[in-house]
Parts: sequence; C-alpha cells; structure tokens
Amino acid sequence: MAAVEQLQSDAARDTKVRSRDVNVYYGEIHALKHVDLDIYANEVTSLIGPSGCGKSTYLRCLNRMNDVIDGCRVTGEIALDGDDIYDKSLDVVQLRARVGMVFQKPNPFPKSLFDNIAYGPRIHGLGTHKDELDEIVQSSLERAGLWNEVKDRLDKPGTGLSGGQQQRLCIARAIAVNPEVILMDEPCSALDPIATAKIEELIDELRTNFTIVIVTHSMQQAARVSQRTAFFHLGILVEVNETEQIFTNPSDERTQGYITGRFG
Amino acid sequence: MKVIPAMGHEHIVRSFDQELETINGSVLRMGGMAEAQLANAVDALSRRDPERANRVIASDARIDELEQSINETAVSLLARRQPMANDLRAIVAALKIASDIERIGDYAKNIAKRVQTLTQIPPVPPAHSVPHMANLAQVIIKEVLDAYVAQDAEKARRAWMRDAEVDEMYTSLFRELLTYMMEDPRAITPCTHLLFVAKNIERIGDHATNIAELIYYQVTGDRMEGGRPKGDDSSFQVVEQPDETKVEADESAVTEAGE
Repeated sequence: MAAVEQLQSDAARDTKVRSRDVNVYYGEIHALKHVDLDIYANEVTSLIGPSGCGKSTYLRCLNRMNDVIDGCRVTGEIALDGDDIYDKSLDVVQLRARVGMVFQKPNPFPKSLFDNIAYGPRIHGLGTHKDELDEIVQSSLERAGLWNEVKDRLDKPGTGLSGGQQQRLCIARAIAVNPEVILMDEPCSALDPIATAKIEELIDELRTNFTIVIVTHSMQQAARVSQRTAFFHLGILVEVNETEQIFTNPSDERTQGYITGRFG
Repeated sequence: MKVIPAMGHEHIVRSFDQELETINGSVLRMGGMAEAQLANAVDALSRRDPERANRVIASDARIDELEQSINETAVSLLARRQPMANDLRAIVAALKIASDIERIGDYAKNIAKRVQTLTQIPPVPPAHSVPHMANLAQVIIKEVLDAYVAQDAEKARRAWMRDAEVDEMYTSLFRELLTYMMEDPRAITPCTHLLFVAKNIERIGDHATNIAELIYYQVTGDRMEGGRPKGDDSSFQVVEQPDETKVEADESAVTEAGE
C-alpha cells in the first residue's frame, strides 16, 4: 500500500467493535485472558493462532454465542459502536441481527433456497409483503454471488447445493437481515480451492458494506483476505497489526514462530 | 530496532530447513567465488599474467550457474512453502544478493579482459594503485559475507560505511590517471583501460553495499536508515562543480549506479 493511501486509511478508520480486558472462563478454565482489541469498520480482521488459542472463543464473544455454553463466563467490556453488548437490557436476538455469523460447516436449513434466505428477515419483521421478501432474497443472493447459479430453482432444498454454494447461501442468509458485522469461523475449511477463492472474492466485496472478522487456520488465507491480523496464543492476544506487517516482519517471537511453522 | 532471533527454532517440516540451508550455502559459495575472481583478476594485473586473466574469464560461467540454481531454489521455495516473516525475507534477500554477486563476478571478468590488453602494452605507474583499491573492495566483500554468515545487521552496516573509502580511492586514481594522460599521450591507452578497471572496482564496492543493505533488511525487517556516505567526486574532477549539481550529487551517483 502506498504511504499516502496508508495515512488516509488510518485517518478514516472507525472502530466498529471495541474490546477491553475481555476474559472468558469455561468453568475453572481461563480460556481468554485480558484481550484488548479494536475491530475497524469496513475492514477484514483475521484471527489466527494454534488450536485452543482462544480465537474462536473471542469471535463468539462478539455476538454472545458463548451465552449458550454452560459454565461460560465473560468479563470485560465489548462495545459495538460504543454500546456495551453485554448490557443487561440488551436484546440478544437484536444483537445477532446486527452481528451475523457464518460457520465452518455450511449449515443451510432443510428448507427451500428461498426460505433459507427469507427466514431471518421474516422473524425480524423485515419483509412483510411477498414483493419485499422477493427483493431481499434476490439482492442477498446477488451480493453473495449466488443468484445466477440458483435463480431458477429457488424452491429446491438448500441442502441440494454443492459445499461452496451452500456456504455462499449461508453468507446470503447472514446478510439478508442487513447486519453490520459478519463473523466467520473458518468459513472455507470444508471447501475446495475454487470454492474457497469464490468465498475470498466475496469477502473482499462484502467489506464495502460490512465489517468482517474471520477466524482461519490458513495463514495464507489470512494474508490474502484481511487488512489486519491478530495472533492469539494460549488465550492471550499476542500481537495485532497490519496484515502485511504481521506476515513480513512480526514483532513478537511467538508470532514469527507460528507463522513460519517453527512452533515449539 | 528489534531483532527476533532468526534461526532460534527449527521448522516442524525439516526439509524446509534443509532447503533454506541449501540456498544459504549457495549464496556463500557464490560470494566466495566472486571474491576470488576479483583477487585473481587484480593479481593478473599486477603480475601482468594473461594466463591468469584467461582463467578468470573462463570461471565466470560457474558463478552464473550458481546464480541460476539459487534462483530456481528460491522460486521453488516460494511456490511450495509459502514462506512468511523471516523465512520470506531470507529468500527474497538470497535472490537479490545472488544477483548482486553475479554482477560483481561480471566486473571481475571485465577487469580480466582489460588485463589481457594491458599485458600487451608497456606498463604505466598508476597500475600499482589499482591493486590497493581492489584490496579494499575485497575486504568489504569479505566483511559483508561474514555479516551474512553471522546474520549480523551491525556488521553489515559497518561494511556498508566503508564503501566511501573505495569511492575516495577511485576519485584520487581518476585524478592520477588524468595527470598521466595529460603528460604523455602515449599513456592514454593503458590509462583508459586502468580507468575502466578502477571504475569496475568502484562498482563492485557499490554492489557489496547493496548486499549489506539486504542483509540488514533480512535480519531486522527494516530498511537501513540514513544516506550512504559518498566519496566519489570524480564527476567533477576537470570542471568546477556547479552549485545546483552539488545538491544533486547524490542523484548523479544513483544514476550511475543504474548503468
């Protein structure tokens, strides 16, 4: 990136999600320790680190998916556009409409393609008329790059699509409710390289309208898709920086050990 | 400047380490060969030994081959290992260092070619100053290669600083050669050849400093800060240096480096 462009982008950066001293305990286990991390708007932030390092745990804090895990306790402060998302009065369902999620394994509902996309808008009361729903379904599928492949079979089950198409269907489903942040937990680990490339291209397009946080085991993927990269190890956020900096000249020995394949 | 120990741990995939060692070893071997080529070329000059000069010319192909093999190893490592951080820097540095060493080899070969001609015409006194200058260039190459082995950024920087001495020697040789040529037109042919020899050595010094910069980058991940001290004023030896070109002297040196 040119130096001037870099400066401009730094000045234009808005913090979308602000985390301070975030701790997560699973019963006695202290899984995430004192994490301070800012996620910037309209950027892709990737979370990397070895298995069990806390990156998925952190991701799940951002839309309170940890609430459903027994014995899980979250402390600290996480603010979305300045509002504490762990506030007692906050409606978790509303939060998850603002912070959508895509999982490792594509998980379409056992319903038609149309209903897969229309499900979210319906429960959030977004499309009351058939016309509105039609439009939401079409635009969501278009934004997910799937419309041309499926427009003639919207009444067919979502489970009949290929793995890569299913994952794009899940992304279309996530954006149908017009979220602000999209969380992705290893969205490509079950996909072949072509399907992966399509998702990565999609991620790059989506960041114009959304803020994206992606957990990935593929460092190459983190290097390809994200603007910023955070490295977690043993529940600690070791280092966060511009992706290019992390992969050419990391400042922490642990980061370097991990990304160069020398860990241990 | 924060330096992370580069080779503190071995890779989980051991063949990756072996390939990195191979490329490291090749760069060093290539550097050693170029250093010897320069020494032999200058030796041929002081002994007026065309045979030795011929051997230098013939040996250059081996340096070129080694560069080719380093390029292939580097491309293969980039394609198959997707190196990151210090590994990535090591491979990029090896690629670029190899091309600088290859140029040093070419200059040594060029010196040897001039020696072939010089041995056929009567000697001129400045021929004795050239080996002195070449010695210094050789010392810098050696220091730079030592810095590469030790992965020592400070050592690389110290070697880098010494190039100014080569430049200064070049300027004084230039003046000396000019004087001889003005005094005796018959000295023009040998002196011109010697001038090119000296210029080649000066360029070798520049490539050695490039290598020092690459080592610094490989070790620290940062670019070496600050301008390099320049001692080459030969561009302004006959005419007076105009004011604005004094300011641009640095740029003219850069242009020359691009030749």
